[in-house]
Amino acid sequence: MKNNFPVFISRICLLLGSWFCISSAYAESRINMPQGVTPMSHDIYALHMMIFWICVSIGVLVFSVLIYSLIKFRKSKGAVPADFHEHTVVEITWAVIPFLILVAMAIPATKVLMRMDNTDDADVTIKIVGYQWKWKYEYLDQGISYFSNLSTPVSQLNNQAPKNEWYLLEVDRPLVVPIHQKIRFLVTANDVIHSWWVPALGIKRDAIPGYIHESWARIEKTGTYRGQCAELCGVNHGFMPIVVEAVTPEAFAAWVQQQTAGKTSLPPDIKKEKSQAELLKQGETLYTTHCAICHKPEGTGMPPAFPALKGSVIATGPVKNHIAMVLNGKPGTAMQAFKEQLSDEDIAAIVTYERHAWGNDDTPRYGKEAGGTVQAAQVASQRAESTHEKLN
Amino acid sequence: MSTAVNDVHEHEHEHPEGFWGVLGRWLFTTNHKDIGTLYLWLSFIMFFVGGAMALVIRAELFQPGARIVSPEFFNQMTTLHGLIMVFGVVMPAMVGLANWQIPMMIGAPDMALPRLNNWSFWILPFAFSLLMSTFFMSGPAPDFGWTFYAPLSTTYGPKSTDFMIFSIHLMGLSSIMGAINVIATIFNMRAPGMTLMKMPIFVWSWLVTAFLLLGVMPVLAGAVTMMLADRHFGTSFFNAAGGGDPILFQHVFWFFGHPEVYILIMPAFGVISEVVSTFSRKKIFGYRFMIYAIVAIALLSFIVWAHHMFTAGIPLVTELFFMYATMLVAVPTGVKVFNWVATIFKGSISFEAPMLFAIAFLFLFTMGGFSGLMLSIVPADYQYQDTYFVVAHFHYVLIPGSIFAIMAAIYYWLPKWTGHMYNETMAKWHFWLTVISINITFFPMHFLGLAGMPRRIPDYALQFTDFNRIATIGAFIFGFSQLLFLINVVRTVRGHGPRVGAKVWEGAHGLEWTLPSPPPYHSFTVPPEIKN
Repeated sequence: MKNNFPVFISRICLLLGSWFCISSAYAESRINMPQGVTPMSHDIYALHMMIFWICVSIGVLVFSVLIYSLIKFRKSKGAVPADFHEHTVVEITWAVIPFLILVAMAIPATKVLMRMDNTDDADVTIKIVGYQWKWKYEYLDQGISYFSNLSTPVSQLNNQAPKNEWYLLEVDRPLVVPIHQKIRFLVTANDVIHSWWVPALGIKRDAIPGYIHESWARIEKTGTYRGQCAELCGVNHGFMPIVVEAVTPEAFAAWVQQQTAGKTSLPPDIKKEKSQAELLKQGETLYTTHCAICHKPEGTGMPPAFPALKGSVIATGPVKNHIAMVLNGKPGTAMQAFKEQLSDEDIAAIVTYERHAWGNDDTPRYGKEAGGTVQAAQVASQRAESTHEKLN
Repeated sequence: MSTAVNDVHEHEHEHPEGFWGVLGRWLFTTNHKDIGTLYLWLSFIMFFVGGAMALVIRAELFQPGARIVSPEFFNQMTTLHGLIMVFGVVMPAMVGLANWQIPMMIGAPDMALPRLNNWSFWILPFAFSLLMSTFFMSGPAPDFGWTFYAPLSTTYGPKSTDFMIFSIHLMGLSSIMGAINVIATIFNMRAPGMTLMKMPIFVWSWLVTAFLLLGVMPVLAGAVTMMLADRHFGTSFFNAAGGGDPILFQHVFWFFGHPEVYILIMPAFGVISEVVSTFSRKKIFGYRFMIYAIVAIALLSFIVWAHHMFTAGIPLVTELFFMYATMLVAVPTGVKVFNWVATIFKGSISFEAPMLFAIAFLFLFTMGGFSGLMLSIVPADYQYQDTYFVVAHFHYVLIPGSIFAIMAAIYYWLPKWTGHMYNETMAKWHFWLTVISINITFFPMHFLGLAGMPRRIPDYALQFTDFNRIATIGAFIFGFSQLLFLINVVRTVRGHGPRVGAKVWEGAHGLEWTLPSPPPYHSFTVPPEIKN
């Protein structure tokens, strides 16, 4: 093992070589930062590449001297150690030169940062609120507001179905934004810290309860841009993606009109009673979107953090408690309040579904409170009650 | 009882036998070598515990989809892996090296405060038992990452969080006492003629580290105490709903956390300086500047903490300040690397295991430094923050940095400690497997992070599959290669391998090499004479 230096070098070369081979086999975005579609992301990309090449050049320089010394001054080749061990001028030189390089790097970085900080004159303002584990988008001027949930089916997460192309990067309702307009994002959170990150926009902003942080984008191309929550926010941190749909300003205007029109013309009729079959069908779909990621499609949950609903006291006990749990959540646990996120109809459907699924309606076993149907009106009256209690 | 045992040591220099005798010896020992050994074994055990957790993480990430563990357990693994590797592996190993080496390197019989030394070690097994006990509680173990950000760890934290808090209190106590002991020893126990500017660089690096520990461990204790108060005593330090501030937690945590990472690397700088000089058969180049650089890095470490929080929405001017301060760290760090290279330049180099690890340190730690420099640029950090690029960065500085330095130190001083040479062939196998596998594990993580994979996720989008697979394969090779290290150390400790003389390495300098191998129980009972 004494003369293993050539081996060492050849292995290093092999290693580096194999990395370049692997690298070139993939599209660029697989190994490098995306260039993105906003002025901000271009600036970041340019900075990133500049620092990268500076580091590479310094690395090549230092490593060359090191490798040369390791080859040249080997004892096995009869090298005799020199006696020098101090040189003040040299020391000062190799402190000053890196300092100057740093200054050269700091100047463009400062310029970019100051440009990024300017969120004035926005055309569209969107408030983004992080929830465990979904995003809420509010268009402040247009009065549109909705939640955006992961839409990858649970069966794919559990490997029971083949995974599709956008596995874990797809949502039920994307954020729709216009291109060529300055969009201001106001980012905050409802429970714990999240981070809203879309690499193509060059934006990563922590969503922190009690704070509203700003960022902006002016998107150059229509398209779908995807991202993920970047700050550990609990058990389903990996399952709250972001999808941004950038459309032309005309298409955006049309979309806004469609959203606001649908809202005012059709107030949901909560008085209308639905059949049990109807509620169950609707409930199953909603359960899959909103509940299944913690409580599991089989209702078994992941105890103890996420209790099973199958045969649970709440889901087989009095209906009132069950509705209250979904409306208000359980403070201090992962069970959040759904009253802001779901309509009375939706909650009625979910509760009805949970009370019948997995044999929860087995009255001989769980007592006569089990099962039953819940109508939207009942949820609405309980919602009104809880709001009333809060005001008092 | 402890005095009785002390007496036995002082007068007979013989170790008691039988179960109770052996237990008593280790439990009540006040000897710097015994305590150093205890620290190092604790570190070694925790290295395998924390490593096993890393392998669970990597196994889960081998392919997309829910595979082996639930997301909840995955989060517990990432949290405990981080806490154990930082507090249970690198810190105890460095303190173990300090215990063994500092008295021998400055010509002292023992540490200045032997009973404090005993206590600061024996707190640790209890601290880690407390931490590990959270796995057996109802409800999850801590699952919010080793940085335990509020409010995820306060309002939303599992019940077991309180045990983690007390465990961290205990670790902090242990570190503070250890630091006091190191400072007291270095200031009071040096042999006559050993002036501060004649001390070996390893001793210097530990002196500076000890001051950093004294400076920041109380801050960590404050952070966890505030957490405890928020969880149980109705305060709202970090709770926005009660008028508190979640970002305050990050400021307090990183005011501890950044000097902490230098605590992990500073003694490594010391080890590498000793090893590089010995195996180049040349005095360290720029001794004075090496020390100035250590002190400069230590001072800078107190004013760079917010670079961990660039995306947390701190004001522009603050961001600029922390960016400039962080970039400045590159200057003294660069000076150190250049000095090591200059030490090797025109030396007479041989490649024993300690030197191999030191050379790998020079290459790979420097690479970690480069990625650190990239991370310091705020706009670019907006893309890197909380991705696998960061994971790659800190594993490059912590494994080839701290862990390689610890391995180099063990191979370097183990023959001195035991009187036997380790098996060089096995050590070389260990080195090559380790250095190749950590690159297979962590190099692809740069790509993953740049391509958009956030850290701390148990499942990922399909385009990240290939590199995750490669990383997992590398991690398993890395993990199992460490068994070679364990076998080699155990064999040497048990007396396999040829006997060695006082000066184990041809190019070695320093007082420890004037003592026989193994050295006497009380290193220098008569102060040595310091030449030159």
